[in-house]
Amino acid sequence: MSSSSIPALAELRGASKRYGKQLALDGVDLALHGGELLALLGPNGAGKTTAIGLLLGLLQADTGMVHLGGRPPQDLDARRTVGLMLQSAGIPETLKVGELLDLTRSYYPAPRSVADCVALAGLDGLLERRYGKLSGGQQRRVQFALALCGRPRVLFLDEPTTGLDIEARQGLWKAMRELVAEGCAVLLTTHYLEEAESLADRVVVLNNGRVVARGSVQEIRAHVAQRRIRCVSSIDPEHIANWPHVRSARLEAGRIDIVADLAESVVRRLLAEDAGLSDLEVQRAGLAEAFIELTREAA
Amino acid sequence: MNSIALQAHNPLRSYLLEAKYEFLRLWRTPSFVLPTLLFPSLFYLLFGVILNRSPGGEISQYLLATYGVFGIMGSALFGFGVTIAIEREQGLQRYKRALPMPPAALLVAKMAMAMIFASLISIMLAVIAATLAGVALAPVQWLLLFLVNVLGVLPFCAIGLWIGSLVAGSAAPAVVNILYLPMAFLSGLWMPLSILPALIAKAAPLWPSYHLAQIALKVVGRDAGGPLWQHLLVLAVVMLACFVLARRRLQAAD
Repeated sequence: MSSSSIPALAELRGASKRYGKQLALDGVDLALHGGELLALLGPNGAGKTTAIGLLLGLLQADTGMVHLGGRPPQDLDARRTVGLMLQSAGIPETLKVGELLDLTRSYYPAPRSVADCVALAGLDGLLERRYGKLSGGQQRRVQFALALCGRPRVLFLDEPTTGLDIEARQGLWKAMRELVAEGCAVLLTTHYLEEAESLADRVVVLNNGRVVARGSVQEIRAHVAQRRIRCVSSIDPEHIANWPHVRSARLEAGRIDIVADLAESVVRRLLAEDAGLSDLEVQRAGLAEAFIELTREAA
Repeated sequence: MNSIALQAHNPLRSYLLEAKYEFLRLWRTPSFVLPTLLFPSLFYLLFGVILNRSPGGEISQYLLATYGVFGIMGSALFGFGVTIAIEREQGLQRYKRALPMPPAALLVAKMAMAMIFASLISIMLAVIAATLAGVALAPVQWLLLFLVNVLGVLPFCAIGLWIGSLVAGSAAPAVVNILYLPMAFLSGLWMPLSILPALIAKAAPLWPSYHLAQIALKVVGRDAGGPLWQHLLVLAVVMLACFVLARRRLQAAD
């Protein structure tokens, strides 16, 4: 695309990483550009964390090339352009939010003001609170503030909205859009299709350490037509699995979980066969899940 | 604009803040602060003052030196061993390494933290010794004892670092205690080796804490008479070996 002519702010080129016998990443290309949000999707164990680990210099690639702004990611100056939010950061619970910001800001040459961090991440009234006393959602917002406090050019957000309520999630989305508009390159991993749909300029899907799809959100969505139907019913899941349009059906924690190509006809039949059916729920299947299906078919 | 900010940025500030917050976060953790600061003083009060028939005498001086070593050993072993094991498990070490934190800042901060706790322990013991226990020392002896305590944390920081690199966070307190308490007893920190069974006294030089205790006891003239360089050498070797082992282990963890 047009972005390929502009040098990437962070890049993997043909990167492979092996743990013992297991190939975690197999010749992956990934480029982050300013003003663009790239969503990295894939099931657990697909290689997302390994890819981020390489770009952050936490891991060394066995083969291939990795750079951050043209420098190796182990370089301290290169990392001063980076902000990050990891899934588990083990942030000290007895420190106050303002103290955590103070410390993390000191790592960067031109950090954002504390007031800006508070406004962008929605930390009003939290600076004097201890991190361990905050709710899960507030803690995620603090982690987000720590990620953006250094005015990074590249932002790594590893499942930033997991465990957030909708309001908090949308607040974070708004802040991410602002950062991208300022020219920041963002790498986002997420389990939520809506999130990738709403935010991403480009999507890369990993499975078993390989890129199985890449493109714009529209291009990727064209692959995903499946729906997920959940309900409480007395119908035998094995019976449902044989219905037309149904890809799979199984019992999970007392509820039947159905993956179907077409929701309407399946729902109609469910209601017709079981008048006592309850807790009906229809969702678009997760992008990552759909790709597991696709790669399974390919294999 | 950027270049002005770049010039103003001083990575030394990160070291200072890292140490400040490392201290603060432990200071606000009662399960660390209370045993670390109070146990040495309470033990000294009990054995050096209350149960001591001859205040100001040999026992009060001996125990002042050895409870200092006992106390600072705890702050280093727990402050390093337990916190590093937990940080490794919860991902803080990984997070910090990915951030543009100056590479040695966390280690230096933890060392500074252990030395601050060591100086607090040392001062508390000195106050009890000079008042309640009736210990009279020359100013230079007080000063030397303080220095032995503050610098003596370093080999135990290295031991703690190695333990922290090996065990899980939940197991770390138990592992540290299993090492800490017997080692303290077997090196004659709780009671003089002269009143312990001969075998224990004979085996005491196996423990690094024995060597630091001997240095502290030298200050008050109550040591067993071994040369200073020997004790220093043992502590230096232990420190270096544990540090190298811990580094290898921490690097291999990824």
